[in-house]
Amino acid sequence: MKKYILDLTVKTVERISPKHVLIRLTDEKPLPEMVPGQFVELRVDGSATTFLRRPISINFVDRKQNELWLMVAMVGDGTRRLGELKAGDKLNCVLPLGNGFTSHPSPLTSHLLVGGGVGVAPLLYLGAQMKAQGMEPTFLLGARTASDLLMMDEFKKYGRVCVTTEDGSEGEKGFVTNHSLLQQERFDMIYTCGPTPMMKAVARYAREKGIECEASLENLMACGLGACLCCVEKTTEGNLCVCKDGPVFNIKKLLWQN
Amino acid sequence: MAKLNVNIGALSLKNPVMTASGTFGYGLEFADFMPLDGIGGIIVKGTTLKPREGNDYPRMAETASGMLNCVGLQNKGVDYFCEHIYPQIKDIDTNMIVNVSGSSPEDYAECAARIDALENIPAIELNISCPNVRDGGMAFGVTCAGASSVVKAVRQAYHKTLIVKLSPNVTDITEIARAVEAEGADAVSLINTLMGMAIDIEKRKKVLSIGTGGLSGPAVKPVALRMVYQVAKAVKIPVVGLGGISTAKDALDFLMCGATAIEIGTANFLDPAVSIKVRDGINDWLDSHGCQSVEEIIGCLE
Repeated sequence: MKKYILDLTVKTVERISPKHVLIRLTDEKPLPEMVPGQFVELRVDGSATTFLRRPISINFVDRKQNELWLMVAMVGDGTRRLGELKAGDKLNCVLPLGNGFTSHPSPLTSHLLVGGGVGVAPLLYLGAQMKAQGMEPTFLLGARTASDLLMMDEFKKYGRVCVTTEDGSEGEKGFVTNHSLLQQERFDMIYTCGPTPMMKAVARYAREKGIECEASLENLMACGLGACLCCVEKTTEGNLCVCKDGPVFNIKKLLWQN
Repeated sequence: MAKLNVNIGALSLKNPVMTASGTFGYGLEFADFMPLDGIGGIIVKGTTLKPREGNDYPRMAETASGMLNCVGLQNKGVDYFCEHIYPQIKDIDTNMIVNVSGSSPEDYAECAARIDALENIPAIELNISCPNVRDGGMAFGVTCAGASSVVKAVRQAYHKTLIVKLSPNVTDITEIARAVEAEGADAVSLINTLMGMAIDIEKRKKVLSIGTGGLSGPAVKPVALRMVYQVAKAVKIPVVGLGGISTAKDALDFLMCGATAIEIGTANFLDPAVSIKVRDGINDWLDSHGCQSVEEIIGCLE
Protein backbone atom coordinates (compact mmCIF):
# COMPACT_ATOMS: atom_id res chain seq x y z
CA MET A 1 0.00 0.00 0.00
CA LYS A 2 1.51 3.31 -1.04
CA LYS A 3 2.51 5.68 1.76
CA TYR A 4 2.14 9.44 1.69
CA ILE A 5 3.24 12.58 3.51
CA LEU A 6 0.14 14.78 3.57
CA ASP A 7 -0.82 18.09 5.15
CA LEU A 8 -4.39 17.21 6.10
CA THR A 9 -6.90 19.83 7.22
CA VAL A 10 -8.47 19.68 10.67
CA LYS A 11 -12.25 19.67 10.33
CA THR A 12 -13.22 19.32 13.98
CA VAL A 13 -11.62 18.53 17.33
CA GLU A 14 -14.12 17.08 19.78
CA ARG A 15 -13.51 16.41 23.45
CA ILE A 16 -14.87 12.87 23.97
CA SER A 17 -13.70 12.42 27.57
CA PRO A 18 -11.80 14.50 30.12
CA LYS A 19 -8.57 13.09 28.63
CA HIS A 20 -9.39 12.26 25.01
CA VAL A 21 -10.13 14.12 21.79
CA LEU A 22 -11.43 12.96 18.45
CA ILE A 23 -9.74 14.76 15.55
CA ARG A 24 -11.53 14.64 12.21
CA LEU A 25 -9.21 15.36 9.26
CA THR A 26 -9.98 15.89 5.62
CA ASP A 27 -8.28 16.77 2.34
CA GLU A 28 -9.21 18.28 -0.99
CA LYS A 29 -8.27 15.03 -2.70
CA PRO A 30 -9.74 11.64 -1.75
CA LEU A 31 -7.85 10.21 1.23
CA PRO A 32 -5.46 7.33 0.47
CA GLU A 33 -6.42 3.69 0.86
CA MET A 34 -6.15 2.60 4.51
CA VAL A 35 -7.17 -0.56 6.34
CA PRO A 36 -8.24 -1.13 9.97
CA GLY A 37 -5.28 -1.58 12.32
CA GLN A 38 -2.97 0.75 10.42
CA PHE A 39 -1.71 3.99 11.94
CA VAL A 40 -0.58 7.51 11.15
CA GLU A 41 2.58 9.35 12.27
CA LEU A 42 1.69 12.94 13.20
CA ARG A 43 4.12 15.83 13.32
CA VAL A 44 3.56 17.94 16.42
CA ASP A 45 4.38 21.60 15.89
CA GLY A 46 5.01 24.11 18.65
CA SER A 47 6.03 21.76 21.44
CA ALA A 48 9.63 22.20 22.62
CA THR A 49 9.68 18.81 24.35
CA THR A 50 8.22 16.84 21.42
CA PHE A 51 10.89 15.84 18.93
CA LEU A 52 9.51 12.73 17.26
CA ARG A 53 6.24 12.21 15.43
CA ARG A 54 3.39 10.66 17.41
CA PRO A 55 1.97 7.35 16.14
CA ILE A 56 -1.84 7.33 16.35
CA SER A 57 -4.02 4.46 15.16
CA ILE A 58 -6.70 5.00 12.56
CA ASN A 59 -10.01 5.25 14.40
CA PHE A 60 -12.31 5.48 11.39
CA VAL A 61 -12.33 6.44 7.73
CA ASP A 62 -15.53 8.03 6.47
CA ARG A 63 -15.29 7.75 2.68
CA LYS A 64 -18.50 9.69 2.03
CA GLN A 65 -17.32 12.70 4.03
CA ASN A 66 -13.66 12.07 3.03
CA GLU A 67 -12.72 12.09 6.72
CA LEU A 68 -9.97 10.39 8.71
CA TRP A 69 -10.74 10.11 12.42
CA LEU A 70 -8.00 9.92 15.03
CA MET A 71 -8.61 9.37 18.75
CA VAL A 72 -5.87 10.96 20.83
CA ALA A 73 -5.23 10.42 24.54
CA MET A 74 -3.68 13.56 25.93
CA VAL A 75 -0.88 12.20 28.08
CA GLY A 76 2.08 14.51 27.42
CA ASP A 77 2.83 17.92 25.94
CA GLY A 78 2.86 16.58 22.37
CA THR A 79 -0.57 14.95 22.53
CA ARG A 80 -1.95 17.97 24.44
CA ARG A 81 -0.87 20.14 21.50
CA LEU A 82 -2.77 17.82 19.18
CA GLY A 83 -5.83 18.32 21.39
CA GLU A 84 -5.50 22.09 20.99
CA LEU A 85 -5.72 21.98 17.17
CA LYS A 86 -8.49 24.11 15.67
CA ALA A 87 -10.69 23.69 12.61
CA GLY A 88 -8.76 24.78 9.53
CA ASP A 89 -5.31 23.94 10.99
CA LYS A 90 -3.03 21.73 8.94
CA LEU A 91 -1.67 18.51 10.40
CA ASN A 92 1.31 16.86 8.73
CA CYS A 93 0.69 13.11 8.52
CA VAL A 94 2.72 10.15 7.25
CA LEU A 95 0.25 7.42 6.35
CA PRO A 96 -0.89 4.71 6.16
CA LEU A 97 1.65 2.76 8.21
CA GLY A 98 1.79 -0.83 9.48
CA ASN A 99 0.04 -4.00 8.43
CA GLY A 100 -3.52 -3.86 9.77
CA PHE A 101 -5.80 -6.63 11.03
CA THR A 102 -6.33 -9.77 9.00
CA SER A 103 -9.88 -9.86 7.77
CA HIS A 104 -11.92 -13.04 7.69
CA PRO A 105 -14.90 -12.05 5.60
CA SER A 106 -17.26 -14.87 6.46
CA PRO A 107 -20.68 -14.11 7.94
CA LEU A 108 -20.47 -17.46 9.74
CA THR A 109 -17.47 -16.42 11.78
CA SER A 110 -18.24 -14.88 15.17
CA HIS A 111 -15.85 -12.03 15.91
CA LEU A 112 -15.03 -10.55 19.30
CA LEU A 113 -13.27 -7.18 19.39
CA VAL A 114 -11.75 -6.48 22.81
CA GLY A 115 -10.45 -3.01 23.61
CA GLY A 116 -9.30 -1.09 26.65
CA GLY A 117 -8.69 2.63 27.18
CA VAL A 118 -7.63 4.47 24.03
CA GLY A 119 -6.89 1.03 22.54
CA VAL A 120 -10.54 0.83 21.53
CA ALA A 121 -9.71 3.29 18.70
CA PRO A 122 -8.80 0.92 15.82
CA LEU A 123 -11.64 -1.47 16.70
CA LEU A 124 -14.26 1.03 15.51
CA TYR A 125 -12.96 1.03 11.92
CA LEU A 126 -12.49 -2.75 12.08
CA GLY A 127 -16.03 -3.30 13.35
CA ALA A 128 -17.48 -0.92 10.77
CA GLN A 129 -15.72 -2.81 7.99
CA MET A 130 -17.06 -6.13 9.33
CA LYS A 131 -20.59 -4.75 9.45
CA ALA A 132 -20.22 -3.51 5.86
CA GLN A 133 -19.21 -7.06 4.87
CA GLY A 134 -22.34 -8.51 6.45
CA MET A 135 -20.86 -9.67 9.74
CA GLU A 136 -22.07 -8.87 13.24
CA PRO A 137 -19.11 -8.18 15.49
CA THR A 138 -19.32 -8.08 19.27
CA PHE A 139 -17.38 -5.35 21.03
CA LEU A 140 -16.10 -5.91 24.58
CA LEU A 141 -14.81 -2.57 25.80
CA GLY A 142 -13.17 -1.80 29.12
CA ALA A 143 -12.28 1.36 31.01
CA ARG A 144 -11.41 2.48 34.53
CA THR A 145 -14.65 4.36 34.95
CA ALA A 146 -17.77 5.30 32.97
CA SER A 147 -16.41 8.69 31.81
CA ASP A 148 -13.42 6.92 30.21
CA LEU A 149 -15.63 4.84 27.91
CA LEU A 150 -15.09 6.32 24.48
CA MET A 151 -17.45 6.76 21.50
CA MET A 152 -20.00 4.24 22.75
CA ASP A 153 -22.70 5.51 20.40
CA GLU A 154 -20.43 4.95 17.41
CA PHE A 155 -19.59 1.37 18.42
CA LYS A 156 -23.30 0.58 18.85
CA LYS A 157 -23.86 1.37 15.16
CA TYR A 158 -21.80 -1.63 14.09
CA GLY A 159 -22.50 -4.39 16.59
CA ARG A 160 -23.39 -5.51 20.08
CA VAL A 161 -21.43 -3.66 22.78
CA CYS A 162 -20.50 -5.19 26.14
CA VAL A 163 -18.77 -3.07 28.76
CA THR A 164 -16.69 -3.46 31.89
CA THR A 165 -15.45 -0.72 34.21
CA GLU A 166 -12.98 -1.25 37.02
CA ASP A 167 -15.16 0.72 39.47
CA GLY A 168 -18.45 -0.76 38.25
CA SER A 169 -19.83 2.66 37.23
CA GLU A 170 -21.03 1.17 33.96
CA GLY A 171 -21.44 -2.36 32.63
CA GLU A 172 -19.97 -5.26 34.59
CA LYS A 173 -17.44 -4.48 37.30
CA GLY A 174 -13.87 -5.64 36.71
CA PHE A 175 -11.57 -6.21 33.75
CA VAL A 176 -12.68 -7.18 30.25
CA THR A 177 -11.48 -10.74 30.83
CA ASN A 178 -13.90 -11.04 33.80
CA HIS A 179 -16.97 -10.30 31.65
CA SER A 180 -19.65 -12.99 31.78
CA LEU A 181 -19.86 -12.97 27.98
CA LEU A 182 -16.59 -14.89 27.79
CA GLN A 183 -18.08 -17.75 29.81
CA GLN A 184 -21.42 -17.77 28.01
CA GLU A 185 -20.46 -17.58 24.35
CA ARG A 186 -17.97 -19.09 21.99
CA PHE A 187 -16.14 -16.90 19.46
CA ASP A 188 -14.10 -17.95 16.43
CA MET A 189 -11.80 -14.97 16.25
CA ILE A 190 -10.64 -12.31 18.72
CA TYR A 191 -9.04 -8.97 17.90
CA THR A 192 -7.59 -6.95 20.76
CA CYS A 193 -5.98 -3.59 21.37
CA GLY A 194 -5.27 -1.85 24.65
CA PRO A 195 -2.87 -1.89 27.59
CA THR A 196 -0.34 -4.73 27.36
CA PRO A 197 -1.50 -6.49 30.59
CA MET A 198 -5.06 -6.52 29.20
CA MET A 199 -3.96 -7.88 25.82
CA LYS A 200 -1.86 -10.55 27.52
CA ALA A 201 -4.92 -11.61 29.57
CA VAL A 202 -7.05 -11.71 26.42
CA ALA A 203 -4.36 -13.73 24.65
CA ARG A 204 -4.26 -16.19 27.57
CA TYR A 205 -8.04 -16.66 27.30
CA ALA A 206 -7.79 -17.16 23.54
CA ARG A 207 -4.99 -19.72 23.91
CA GLU A 208 -6.89 -21.67 26.56
CA LYS A 209 -10.02 -21.78 24.41
CA GLY A 210 -8.11 -22.42 21.20
CA ILE A 211 -9.41 -19.25 19.55
CA GLU A 212 -7.48 -17.38 16.85
CA CYS A 213 -6.40 -14.01 18.17
CA GLU A 214 -4.68 -10.91 16.84
CA ALA A 215 -3.28 -8.17 19.07
CA SER A 216 -2.29 -4.63 18.10
CA LEU A 217 0.86 -3.49 19.91
CA GLU A 218 2.04 0.01 20.70
CA ASN A 219 5.77 -0.20 21.46
CA LEU A 220 7.57 3.15 21.52
CA MET A 221 8.65 4.00 18.01
CA ALA A 222 10.70 6.60 16.18
CA CYS A 223 10.55 6.27 12.38
CA GLY A 224 7.31 4.30 11.87
CA LEU A 225 8.78 2.85 8.67
CA GLY A 226 10.91 -0.11 9.77
CA ALA A 227 14.15 1.84 9.40
CA CYS A 228 15.36 2.56 12.93
CA LEU A 229 14.54 -0.80 14.59
CA CYS A 230 13.63 0.88 17.89
CA CYS A 231 10.11 -0.54 18.41
CA VAL A 232 11.01 -4.23 18.20
CA GLU A 233 8.97 -7.01 19.78
CA LYS A 234 10.44 -10.45 20.42
CA THR A 235 8.64 -13.03 18.30
CA THR A 236 9.02 -16.59 17.07
CA GLU A 237 10.77 -15.01 14.06
CA GLY A 238 13.20 -12.95 16.17
CA ASN A 239 12.91 -9.22 16.78
CA LEU A 240 10.26 -7.71 14.53
CA CYS A 241 9.35 -4.04 14.06
CA VAL A 242 5.96 -3.21 15.54
CA CYS A 243 5.74 -0.28 13.10
CA LYS A 244 6.32 -2.26 9.91
CA ASP A 245 5.83 -5.98 10.64
CA GLY A 246 2.95 -5.03 12.99
CA PRO A 247 1.36 -3.32 14.78
CA VAL A 248 -0.98 -6.32 14.49
CA PHE A 249 0.45 -9.74 15.35
CA ASN A 250 -1.17 -13.13 15.62
CA ILE A 251 -0.61 -14.06 19.28
CA LYS A 252 1.00 -17.33 18.15
CA LYS A 253 3.92 -15.24 16.94
CA LEU A 254 4.35 -13.38 20.24
CA LEU A 255 6.38 -14.71 23.14
CA TRP A 256 3.63 -13.97 25.67
CA GLN A 257 3.29 -17.42 27.21
CA ASN A 258 4.70 -16.32 30.57
CA MET B 1 21.56 25.06 -11.52
CA ALA B 2 24.89 24.95 -9.72
CA LYS B 3 27.12 21.91 -10.16
CA LEU B 4 26.50 19.70 -7.16
CA ASN B 5 28.74 16.72 -7.88
CA VAL B 6 31.60 15.92 -5.50
CA ASN B 7 34.18 13.14 -5.19
CA ILE B 8 35.19 11.08 -2.19
CA GLY B 9 38.36 9.38 -3.36
CA ALA B 10 37.37 7.36 -6.42
CA LEU B 11 33.69 7.68 -5.56
CA SER B 12 31.63 10.17 -7.58
CA LEU B 13 28.52 11.60 -5.98
CA LYS B 14 25.92 13.43 -8.05
CA ASN B 15 25.40 15.70 -5.05
CA PRO B 16 26.84 15.85 -1.53
CA VAL B 17 23.71 14.55 0.22
CA MET B 18 23.65 11.01 1.58
CA THR B 19 21.50 9.28 4.18
CA ALA B 20 23.08 7.90 7.34
CA SER B 21 23.23 4.26 8.29
CA GLY B 22 20.45 2.99 10.52
CA THR B 23 18.11 5.86 9.70
CA PHE B 24 17.08 5.04 6.14
CA GLY B 25 16.79 1.25 6.13
CA TYR B 26 17.89 -0.05 2.75
CA GLY B 27 16.35 2.95 1.04
CA LEU B 28 13.38 0.88 -0.11
CA GLU B 29 11.36 1.87 2.98
CA PHE B 30 11.46 5.48 1.73
CA ALA B 31 10.80 4.90 -1.98
CA ASP B 32 7.16 6.09 -1.69
CA PHE B 33 8.26 9.48 -0.40
CA MET B 34 11.15 10.54 -2.63
CA PRO B 35 13.19 9.47 -5.67
CA LEU B 36 16.02 7.41 -4.17
CA ASP B 37 18.28 8.25 -7.12
CA GLY B 38 17.93 11.95 -6.35
CA ILE B 39 20.57 11.94 -3.64
CA GLY B 40 24.31 11.29 -3.78
CA GLY B 41 24.33 8.11 -1.76
CA ILE B 42 22.46 5.83 0.62
CA ILE B 43 24.37 4.23 3.47
CA VAL B 44 22.44 1.14 4.43
CA LYS B 45 22.02 -0.48 7.82
CA GLY B 46 25.02 -1.67 9.85
CA THR B 47 25.96 -5.13 8.62
CA THR B 48 28.00 -7.73 10.49
CA LEU B 49 29.55 -11.05 9.51
CA LYS B 50 27.07 -13.04 11.60
CA PRO B 51 23.41 -12.16 12.27
CA ARG B 52 22.76 -10.07 15.39
CA GLU B 53 19.50 -9.79 17.34
CA GLY B 54 20.48 -6.42 18.82
CA ASN B 55 19.62 -5.23 22.31
CA ASP B 56 16.38 -5.70 24.21
CA TYR B 57 13.48 -3.25 24.06
CA PRO B 58 13.29 -0.36 25.07
CA ARG B 59 15.85 0.87 22.60
CA MET B 60 14.80 4.48 22.26
CA ALA B 61 14.22 7.58 24.37
CA GLU B 62 13.12 10.96 23.10
CA THR B 63 15.19 13.91 24.31
CA ALA B 64 15.12 17.69 23.86
CA SER B 65 15.82 18.15 20.13
CA GLY B 66 16.96 14.60 19.65
CA MET B 67 16.75 10.98 20.63
CA LEU B 68 18.79 8.23 22.25
CA ASN B 69 18.98 4.77 20.75
CA CYS B 70 20.59 1.50 21.76
CA VAL B 71 19.52 -0.71 18.86
CA GLY B 72 22.81 -2.62 19.00
CA LEU B 73 23.39 -3.44 15.32
CA GLN B 74 20.40 -5.71 14.76
CA ASN B 75 20.89 -7.22 11.28
CA LYS B 76 20.63 -10.56 9.52
CA GLY B 77 24.33 -10.80 8.66
CA VAL B 78 26.34 -10.24 5.51
CA ASP B 79 25.30 -13.48 3.76
CA TYR B 80 21.62 -12.56 4.06
CA PHE B 81 22.46 -9.08 2.78
CA CYS B 82 24.28 -10.45 -0.27
CA GLU B 83 21.59 -12.99 -1.12
CA HIS B 84 18.36 -11.18 -0.28
CA ILE B 85 18.90 -7.43 0.05
CA TYR B 86 21.55 -6.71 -2.57
CA PRO B 87 19.40 -7.93 -5.50
CA GLN B 88 16.67 -5.49 -4.44
CA ILE B 89 18.93 -2.44 -4.19
CA LYS B 90 21.67 -3.00 -6.76
CA ASP B 91 19.88 -1.14 -9.53
CA ILE B 92 19.07 2.00 -7.56
CA ASP B 93 20.92 4.70 -9.50
CA THR B 94 22.97 6.17 -6.68
CA ASN B 95 25.90 5.09 -4.52
CA MET B 96 24.62 2.25 -2.35
CA ILE B 97 27.15 2.09 0.49
CA VAL B 98 27.18 -0.58 3.19
CA ASN B 99 27.99 0.25 6.78
CA VAL B 100 30.16 -2.57 8.14
CA SER B 101 30.65 -3.49 11.78
CA GLY B 102 32.29 -6.33 13.67
CA SER B 103 33.75 -7.59 16.90
CA SER B 104 37.34 -8.26 15.78
CA PRO B 105 39.60 -6.96 12.97
CA GLU B 106 39.22 -10.36 11.28
CA ASP B 107 35.42 -10.09 11.47
CA TYR B 108 35.42 -6.67 9.89
CA ALA B 109 37.81 -7.79 7.15
CA GLU B 110 35.82 -10.90 6.30
CA CYS B 111 32.55 -8.94 6.14
CA ALA B 112 34.20 -6.24 3.98
CA ALA B 113 35.65 -8.87 1.64
CA ARG B 114 32.18 -10.32 1.00
CA ILE B 115 30.88 -6.88 0.12
CA ASP B 116 33.94 -6.17 -2.06
CA ALA B 117 32.61 -8.87 -4.37
CA LEU B 118 29.31 -7.03 -4.96
CA GLU B 119 29.64 -5.11 -8.20
CA ASN B 120 27.17 -2.33 -7.44
CA ILE B 121 28.39 -1.49 -3.95
CA PRO B 122 31.15 1.06 -4.66
CA ALA B 123 32.10 1.82 -1.05
CA ILE B 124 31.77 0.78 2.57
CA GLU B 125 31.54 2.83 5.71
CA LEU B 126 33.45 1.15 8.50
CA ASN B 127 31.64 1.53 11.81
CA ILE B 128 34.27 1.64 14.54
CA SER B 129 32.07 3.86 16.64
CA CYS B 130 28.84 2.10 17.62
CA PRO B 131 28.30 2.94 21.31
CA ASN B 132 25.70 0.22 21.83
CA VAL B 133 27.56 -3.06 21.57
CA ARG B 134 29.97 -4.49 24.10
CA ASP B 135 32.01 -6.74 21.83
CA GLY B 136 33.74 -4.32 19.51
CA GLY B 137 32.14 -1.34 17.83
CA MET B 138 33.18 1.73 19.72
CA ALA B 139 35.90 -0.17 21.57
CA PHE B 140 37.98 0.05 18.39
CA GLY B 141 37.10 3.63 17.64
CA VAL B 142 38.25 5.23 20.89
CA THR B 143 41.95 4.44 20.66
CA CYS B 144 44.38 5.05 17.81
CA ALA B 145 45.72 1.51 18.13
CA GLY B 146 42.24 -0.03 17.98
CA ALA B 147 41.15 2.08 15.04
CA SER B 148 44.39 1.35 13.18
CA SER B 149 44.09 -2.40 13.72
CA VAL B 150 40.64 -2.56 12.15
CA VAL B 151 41.40 -0.26 9.23
CA LYS B 152 44.64 -2.12 8.50
CA ALA B 153 42.86 -5.48 8.36
CA VAL B 154 40.01 -4.16 6.22
CA ARG B 155 42.28 -2.25 3.86
CA GLN B 156 43.96 -5.53 2.89
CA ALA B 157 40.62 -7.20 2.20
CA TYR B 158 38.72 -4.32 0.62
CA HIS B 159 39.72 -2.57 -2.58
CA LYS B 160 37.06 0.04 -3.23
CA THR B 161 36.34 3.29 -1.42
CA LEU B 162 36.78 2.89 2.32
CA ILE B 163 35.11 5.47 4.56
CA VAL B 164 35.75 5.15 8.31
CA LYS B 165 33.04 6.42 10.66
CA LEU B 166 34.47 8.01 13.78
CA SER B 167 33.22 8.19 17.33
CA PRO B 168 32.84 11.56 19.07
CA ASN B 169 33.26 9.84 22.43
CA VAL B 170 37.01 10.52 22.52
CA THR B 171 39.37 13.12 23.92
CA ASP B 172 40.84 14.16 20.56
CA ILE B 173 39.04 13.00 17.43
CA THR B 174 41.79 14.37 15.15
CA GLU B 175 44.24 11.77 16.49
CA ILE B 176 41.91 8.93 15.51
CA ALA B 177 41.30 10.53 12.12
CA ARG B 178 45.04 10.75 11.45
CA ALA B 179 45.51 7.15 12.57
CA VAL B 180 42.94 5.77 10.12
CA GLU B 181 44.27 8.01 7.34
CA ALA B 182 47.71 6.51 7.91
CA GLU B 183 46.28 3.01 7.46
CA GLY B 184 44.82 3.85 4.08
CA ALA B 185 41.26 5.05 4.71
CA ASP B 186 39.93 6.95 1.69
CA ALA B 187 37.71 9.18 3.79
CA VAL B 188 36.36 9.64 7.30
CA SER B 189 32.76 10.28 8.30
CA LEU B 190 31.81 11.89 11.59
CA ILE B 191 30.17 11.98 14.02
CA ASN B 192 28.53 8.79 15.18
CA THR B 193 26.21 9.25 18.18
CA LEU B 194 27.25 10.74 21.50
CA MET B 195 26.85 8.39 24.44
CA GLY B 196 24.03 9.46 26.73
CA MET B 197 21.43 8.30 29.25
CA ALA B 198 17.76 8.78 30.14
CA ILE B 199 15.90 8.15 33.42
CA ASP B 200 12.31 7.17 34.25
CA ILE B 201 11.76 8.97 37.56
CA GLU B 202 8.52 7.12 38.40
CA LYS B 203 10.21 3.74 38.12
CA ARG B 204 13.56 5.14 39.33
CA LYS B 205 15.19 3.23 36.52
CA LYS B 206 17.18 3.83 33.37
CA VAL B 207 14.90 4.06 30.33
CA LEU B 208 17.07 2.15 27.86
CA SER B 209 17.51 -1.61 28.17
CA ILE B 210 21.30 -1.41 28.35
CA GLY B 211 21.31 1.78 30.40
CA THR B 212 23.01 4.01 27.86
CA GLY B 213 22.43 4.92 24.23
CA GLY B 214 23.68 7.13 21.41
CA LEU B 215 22.34 10.68 21.16
CA SER B 216 21.45 12.00 17.71
CA GLY B 217 19.38 14.79 16.21
CA PRO B 218 19.72 18.60 16.20
CA ALA B 219 20.96 18.49 19.80
CA VAL B 220 24.36 17.16 18.65
CA LYS B 221 24.90 19.43 15.66
CA PRO B 222 27.19 22.06 17.22
CA VAL B 223 29.45 19.31 18.60
CA ALA B 224 29.53 17.56 15.23
CA LEU B 225 30.28 20.78 13.41
CA ARG B 226 33.22 21.58 15.66
CA MET B 227 34.66 18.09 15.21
CA VAL B 228 34.25 18.14 11.42
CA TYR B 229 36.02 21.49 11.34
CA GLN B 230 38.92 20.14 13.42
CA VAL B 231 39.25 16.90 11.46
CA ALA B 232 39.06 18.61 8.07
CA LYS B 233 42.07 20.67 9.11
CA ALA B 234 43.94 17.62 10.44
CA VAL B 235 43.71 15.18 7.51
CA LYS B 236 44.18 15.30 3.74
CA ILE B 237 41.48 12.74 2.90
CA PRO B 238 37.88 13.91 2.40
CA VAL B 239 35.59 14.31 5.40
CA VAL B 240 31.92 13.36 5.37
CA GLY B 241 29.98 15.39 7.94
CA LEU B 242 26.95 14.27 9.90
CA GLY B 243 25.24 14.96 13.18
CA GLY B 244 21.87 16.66 13.49
CA ILE B 245 21.54 17.85 9.90
CA SER B 246 17.89 18.56 9.06
CA THR B 247 17.99 21.59 6.74
CA ALA B 248 20.03 22.89 3.82
CA LYS B 249 21.42 25.53 6.19
CA ASP B 250 22.72 22.74 8.44
CA ALA B 251 24.29 21.00 5.45
CA LEU B 252 25.94 24.22 4.24
CA ASP B 253 27.40 24.70 7.75
CA PHE B 254 29.17 21.36 7.45
CA LEU B 255 30.33 21.95 3.87
CA MET B 256 31.81 25.31 4.81
CA CYS B 257 33.57 23.67 7.76
CA GLY B 258 35.34 21.37 5.32
CA ALA B 259 33.00 18.42 4.73
CA THR B 260 33.03 17.21 1.11
CA ALA B 261 29.68 15.50 1.59
CA ILE B 262 27.11 15.17 4.36
CA GLU B 263 24.80 12.51 5.76
CA ILE B 264 21.27 13.02 7.03
CA GLY B 265 20.23 10.71 9.85
CA THR B 266 17.59 11.23 12.50
CA ALA B 267 15.86 13.93 10.42
CA ASN B 268 14.63 11.14 8.10
CA PHE B 269 12.30 10.05 10.92
CA LEU B 270 10.65 13.46 11.09
CA ASP B 271 10.38 14.02 7.35
CA PRO B 272 10.99 10.97 5.16
CA ALA B 273 11.63 13.26 2.16
CA VAL B 274 14.03 15.61 3.95
CA SER B 275 17.17 14.59 2.03
CA ILE B 276 15.74 15.75 -1.31
CA LYS B 277 14.71 19.04 0.28
CA VAL B 278 18.24 19.51 1.63
CA ARG B 279 19.68 18.82 -1.83
CA ASP B 280 17.34 21.37 -3.41
CA GLY B 281 18.04 23.88 -0.66
CA ILE B 282 21.80 23.62 -1.21
CA ASN B 283 21.28 24.21 -4.92
CA ASP B 284 19.02 27.21 -4.30
CA TRP B 285 21.52 28.78 -1.94
CA LEU B 286 24.38 28.30 -4.40
CA ASP B 287 22.30 29.79 -7.22
CA SER B 288 21.21 32.78 -5.18
CA HIS B 289 24.80 33.45 -4.11
CA GLY B 290 26.26 33.22 -7.60
CA CYS B 291 28.18 30.00 -7.00
CA GLN B 292 28.77 27.80 -10.04
CA SER B 293 29.68 24.73 -8.04
CA VAL B 294 29.28 23.34 -4.54
CA GLU B 295 33.05 22.86 -4.47
CA GLU B 296 33.44 26.63 -4.16
CA ILE B 297 32.06 26.54 -0.64
CA ILE B 298 33.65 23.34 0.70
CA GLY B 299 36.04 24.40 3.46
CA CYS B 300 35.55 28.05 2.55
CA LEU B 301 35.42 29.14 6.18
CA GLU B 302 37.78 32.00 6.88
